[in-house]
Amino acid sequence: MKRALSVLAGLAAALPLAAAAQTPNGRDLAAACAICHGTEGRAQPNMAVLAGVQKEQLAKLLVEFRDGRRPGTIMPKLAKGYTDAQIDAVSAFFAAQKK
Amino acid sequence: MAFDFTRRDFIKLVGAGTAAGLAGCATEPAAPAKPVGTVIVVGAGFGGATAAKYIRMWSGGRIQVFLIERNEKFVSCPLSNLVLGGSRSIDDLTIGYEKLRNYGVQVIRDEVTDIIVDKKRVRMKRVEDLPYDRLVVAPGIDFMFGDIAGLDAKAQETILHAWKAGPQTVALRKQLEAMPDGGTYILSIPKAPYRCPPGPYERACQVAAYFKQAKPRSKVLILDGNEDVISKKGLFMAAWDQLYKGIIEYRPNQEVKQVDAAALTVRTEFDTFRGNVLNVVPPQRAGDIAEKAKLVTANNRWCGVDWQTAESVAVPGIHVIGDATLSAPAMPKSGSMANNQAKIAASAIVAQLLGQPVNAQPQIINTCYSYASATEAMHVASVHRWDAEKKTLVTVPGSGGVSSQRSEMEKQFADAWARNIWADTLA
Repeated sequence: MKRALSVLAGLAAALPLAAAAQTPNGRDLAAACAICHGTEGRAQPNMAVLAGVQKEQLAKLLVEFRDGRRPGTIMPKLAKGYTDAQIDAVSAFFAAQKK
Repeated sequence: MAFDFTRRDFIKLVGAGTAAGLAGCATEPAAPAKPVGTVIVVGAGFGGATAAKYIRMWSGGRIQVFLIERNEKFVSCPLSNLVLGGSRSIDDLTIGYEKLRNYGVQVIRDEVTDIIVDKKRVRMKRVEDLPYDRLVVAPGIDFMFGDIAGLDAKAQETILHAWKAGPQTVALRKQLEAMPDGGTYILSIPKAPYRCPPGPYERACQVAAYFKQAKPRSKVLILDGNEDVISKKGLFMAAWDQLYKGIIEYRPNQEVKQVDAAALTVRTEFDTFRGNVLNVVPPQRAGDIAEKAKLVTANNRWCGVDWQTAESVAVPGIHVIGDATLSAPAMPKSGSMANNQAKIAASAIVAQLLGQPVNAQPQIINTCYSYASATEAMHVASVHRWDAEKKTLVTVPGSGGVSSQRSEMEKQFADAWARNIWADTLA
């Protein structure tokens, strides 16, 4: 998380105003995950429930998948498509959902 | 008479939908506020049903949503090849629309016959015209039977496509069951783009699995209109070699031009093939209603959209999603994509009608499993994000890919994917 936040801060300083003003939309990003993890992260049986998972825990998992430090089938490939800021936003959204 | 029937019926329908919505969904407002707008969704497949549900969810019930569908129930194309293989029944893949009412979606079983664009109204067979503020068109595909000589209405009774899950899926399975051992099943694949790129190759696996177990002397002959296997090539080739050697024969560059239902033959440019069961998947285009609303912009086949909002490039105020669209680069026509595109449309529509800023950077996922047998599956996955310079969705560099190998574990994931996407779309 610390790493994600520091990268975020760096990005915000480096990017022009227009791009920096756009915060990733956690709700919309998370909606894409629903095809496997259920609406708002409330998964059907035999798939990880994301709703209500602590934000830091989920962000850490996603960063590990992305950076090749956690094995998996699909998740390492998908996580590579997300920036730190997006991982932060999507994790915050799921953390706020009821289980 | 028709007027009386439809109006009374319609009011009842609307009333029932709203009441169910209030009872069933905690996110509904305590008292139904006056809706801020009306959205009509045409077609309740993976795209349309998802759009209807998410517009209700994300507007907090403030947008009225009508979902119009001609079929009584949803039948999933994903997993329908397993009906041919014998490990699933069509009932396993059939789901009603009733749970969408919990979100306040008003489901109307009817067929849209016309879209009157300048008056923003939808015309149906039974119910009277309905007005909309924004329209979502999700008609899926229709077939270009005319591109294949001899594939007339009569020939279509025996030469099936089974490329829309339902009665044809069941009928094709019966043809395979009736086929004598030692017979040949011919599967013809159209040139891309078509619905579900890996679908035909998965179908070959499933039919071969059935033959291996029940009719071991029988053959699967794949006539591919494309120059090579266009999806999960290495994985399918490995499955054909390791699981179905001697059963599956693959012939590229064999676009079927003509069929003869009586002689049970198909003709390609240079060759004629004879089979016992002919399964010809014809070339496809956006569903008929898209053409009527003048939404078709590409090659007389597909509907061009602005992928930031899924709004038609031809008609403002109408969003097109799913297989009917002109896909962005590297974006397959799949159930996962239709479901995800529906969320781009839903987000944009809710923002527009509620006067909020539209999400300028949509990003979506494709996840697609293929079953190599009854017990093993493999995937392809990709991430697609809006590119402000290219003004389309592009795959994020370095992301996505295919399974390293098929596995029993991925079969469990594939089953879980199906349960989750069905629930996300319909429940």
